[in-house]
Amino acid sequence: MSKRFLSGNETFAEGIRLAKPDVISAYPITPQTIVVERLSEMVEDGSLHSEFIHVESEHSALSCAIGASAAGARAFTATSSQGLLYMAECLYYASGGRFPIVMMNADRSTALPWNIYGDQRDSLSQLDSGWIQVYAENAQEALDLALMSWRIAEDSRVSTPVMVNLDGFVLTHTYETVDIPEQAQADAFLPPYETENRVDFDDPKNLAFSAGPDTNYIFKYNAHRAMLAAVPVIAETEQAFAAIFGRRYPGVLEAYRTDDADYVLVTLGSIAGLCRETADRLREQGIRAGVIRIRYMRPFPHTEIAAALKGAKAFAVLEKDISFGSEGTVYTNVNSALQKAGVQLRGANYIGGLGGRNISAGDIEQIFADLEAGADGVHFIGIGGDGNG
Amino acid sequence: MKEILWLGRGGQGAFTAAKLLGAAYTAADDARYALAFPSFGPERRGAPVRAFTKLDTKPVRDRSQTEHADFIVVLDDTLYSPELLKLKKPDGRIIVNSKKQIDGAESFDAAAIAAEYRLPTVNTVMLGIAAALSGIVTEDEAVQAINGYMPQKIRERNIGALRSAGKAVQK
Repeated sequence: MSKRFLSGNETFAEGIRLAKPDVISAYPITPQTIVVERLSEMVEDGSLHSEFIHVESEHSALSCAIGASAAGARAFTATSSQGLLYMAECLYYASGGRFPIVMMNADRSTALPWNIYGDQRDSLSQLDSGWIQVYAENAQEALDLALMSWRIAEDSRVSTPVMVNLDGFVLTHTYETVDIPEQAQADAFLPPYETENRVDFDDPKNLAFSAGPDTNYIFKYNAHRAMLAAVPVIAETEQAFAAIFGRRYPGVLEAYRTDDADYVLVTLGSIAGLCRETADRLREQGIRAGVIRIRYMRPFPHTEIAAALKGAKAFAVLEKDISFGSEGTVYTNVNSALQKAGVQLRGANYIGGLGGRNISAGDIEQIFADLEAGADGVHFIGIGGDGNG
Repeated sequence: MKEILWLGRGGQGAFTAAKLLGAAYTAADDARYALAFPSFGPERRGAPVRAFTKLDTKPVRDRSQTEHADFIVVLDDTLYSPELLKLKKPDGRIIVNSKKQIDGAESFDAAAIAAEYRLPTVNTVMLGIAAALSGIVTEDEAVQAINGYMPQKIRERNIGALRSAGKAVQK
């Protein structure tokens, strides 16, 4: 391994180089651009042997990746925000065709008002597109996910595309101390992609076909089952990863000091570190605070969330998202998990960081203080106001 | 954790200095961790920019903008205002590139040193001054960072300026 001081984007590009995709097709968009630029340079200098396809749009970028995957190639693309929305049509083709493409999404605000900074309204709007969605907290995890996501996507029990989400700027443009693994380690962890779900003139079969009312729902059922089957595959993949690289990951979510916690903050992405530091500080003052970091939004960790929240007095969900006229989408998902598990718990929803607005330690302390004081409903950090109907 | 806030104008290399400090701190010792990031806003030459370096002996988890810095380094004295005093820790220090004396801050004529080395920016001079005053990183670690992360053709002049800045502090 070699120690480097790199941005989230540069680190992620190193992970993709180690994964050796056969085909990369991408269109640049801030704050994803540096990933694509670095990969392009790697192909140019011969350190990455990929077919790099320069396309005219995000819609074409994912279409090319789908075509490559259908030819049996390991395919990568990357996007952000409006680019993700523009390729939305193709997201469903990729997942419905069960093509194990890996895509990096730099989480960014959606227009209007126009804004290039980080929030999670882009990817969270696509939870139903059939892609596995994972959210990295830091650059090292992003690199490690670049490797792990291929193994999960390509596992024949899963055969589903994976979207790896990095918070725009706060993660993509922040420089951090990272370990870059050796190529031999990556090769041992991630063998070349082999599949029967491909065009093969010696063994012709139908790919990416129509299915009428009689059979269509069976394909949807199978896609759903395959996504659920990813949960144990994620755990197996992380074990295999730890054996080779020495870094451990906690599966679909990370529960921090939740065992005896009265108040638990549920969140995702790069803000989780500050939440844990704040919880540590509150514990020194005698407040039993805990944090859950959701790593995988799809498959959603229903049972794991309910188990981690079961003993708490109240919880809050902090998210960089709002579904207008309702509440934050993550909050809706967490409430569903609790309801299914029969856990009755007071909850509150905190919307923050939209359009890249800073979330401070003081903001997070305030959430815990509100929870202690009986908060519920929907709140906008820094605005307050009435987020409820 | 040590937090350093850099203030400059677009094109003056405040973020480069923030990155170099992070790289210098983590250059040798595996038990050191750093984070460096700019204030995320429109990028325009001449517009005020901020950059942040966070240094610790455990992984840095807090990615929020620094509210109370150990050191505030100002690359352009037109950006200095007494309001900055609110952004430092009680024992924090403010270092300004200026020919003038400034109340509440320590000023150094970094521009004169940069000119000696035909550098258009004072960022590595101020890095050298900050390193020498704080002792957070050694001069050699800072040199290692320049060698690792700056383009070859400007390394030598920047290393010269950095070392010269260190000597100016000792005087």
